[in-house]
Amino acid sequence: MALVTFNCTNNDDTVIIEQSPDFSGVYMQEDQMGRPAVNTVFVSADAKDQFNVTVPSNQSAAFQSMFQTNLEALSPAFANPGDTNALGQTSAAFTSLLATDVLNVSLDGTTTFYDGTNVLTGRALADDVITVELLLIFGGEDFSENPGLSNDNVDANDKPFLTSFPYLASPW
Amino acid sequence: MKNLKKVLGIGVIAVASIFIIAADHIDAPAVQGGNSDITDFYAFQAEEINNLVFVANLQGLLSPSATSNATFDENVLVEFNIDNTGDNVEDLVIQAIPRNGKMYFFGPVVPSEIGVASSIETTSTVGGVVDITTGSSAIIATKGDMSFFAGPRDDPFFMDFAQYSAIIGGTASSFNMPGADTFAGTNVMSVVVEVPKSMIGGTGTINTWVESKRKQ
Repeated sequence: MALVTFNCTNNDDTVIIEQSPDFSGVYMQEDQMGRPAVNTVFVSADAKDQFNVTVPSNQSAAFQSMFQTNLEALSPAFANPGDTNALGQTSAAFTSLLATDVLNVSLDGTTTFYDGTNVLTGRALADDVITVELLLIFGGEDFSENPGLSNDNVDANDKPFLTSFPYLASPW
Repeated sequence: MKNLKKVLGIGVIAVASIFIIAADHIDAPAVQGGNSDITDFYAFQAEEINNLVFVANLQGLLSPSATSNATFDENVLVEFNIDNTGDNVEDLVIQAIPRNGKMYFFGPVVPSEIGVASSIETTSTVGGVVDITTGSSAIIATKGDMSFFAGPRDDPFFMDFAQYSAIIGGTASSFNMPGADTFAGTNVMSVVVEVPKSMIGGTGTINTWVESKRKQ
């Protein structure tokens, strides 16, 4: 219900009706996102809409096996027993992490997707998230496997970011 | 030649559809190319280290000429979700909803309902409002220790998406050196809010995600 306020001016004949915006109603989810490119890479085409309206607490149960199937199709080495990525994760462990599509963020300091030391403590604008994901998908135990698939060789944005709010660069 | 052209034409369409379907920027049939399509989500420590920044980007791959006509939909709520108890259920939300050239923010606040349905938390005592930026110079607003922005920005995402699509599509076997940023020269519609860490959990790790929700 909109709020209506009546303000009387000095002119007794004028009543100004000031209406605040109407924020009523129910809003239903259409899209959601936590980590970059998760829906893109790991959700099968016919399940993308369903994924977008599945709450994170239900995503692992609903989608982990699909993620594992799609990961092993994308990077067949993961199908070998005991094969892991550089975080020591098997395909089951890696997709268990990814299937719950939330971004983990530290409130205690460095916030980065991966900077060589910190893993999944946030996502900063300059993080090369795609190369990180490619390395974890294709790079094997020590990032040495499949070098041609493990880095897209685009390492920075096309415009410098701002150091102050709102941090993103002006539009083209 | 005619047949070849026809084959090539089909090839181009096939590659284009892989491109459209595969991009998280345009990620699912129900939302792709629409004004509720989330392209990206960022959360990072602010310049003021006691604050955290949330960024939601929508409507990806806007050309410079299309950007001046891009708007936020008054029927689309952008909601930042914060879980600070580790169960992947939102404990707090920050909501952003446009009305008549302004973006209204509510929260951080405990939501009156969790999950896929939301109401605007108008009784929240925190939040703020900012004029939606239309040009290249960012209009920002502050309230308390929070800061607010809504409007077009350069897409901060960078990736050789075209080559990724070619690899997935089976027409290339590796990335190029150097790669080409498919998102160079394109814009997004951004919602940015900076909030004191003390308002969303203080210390430790939060789980966070962003949602777009349409008025029924």
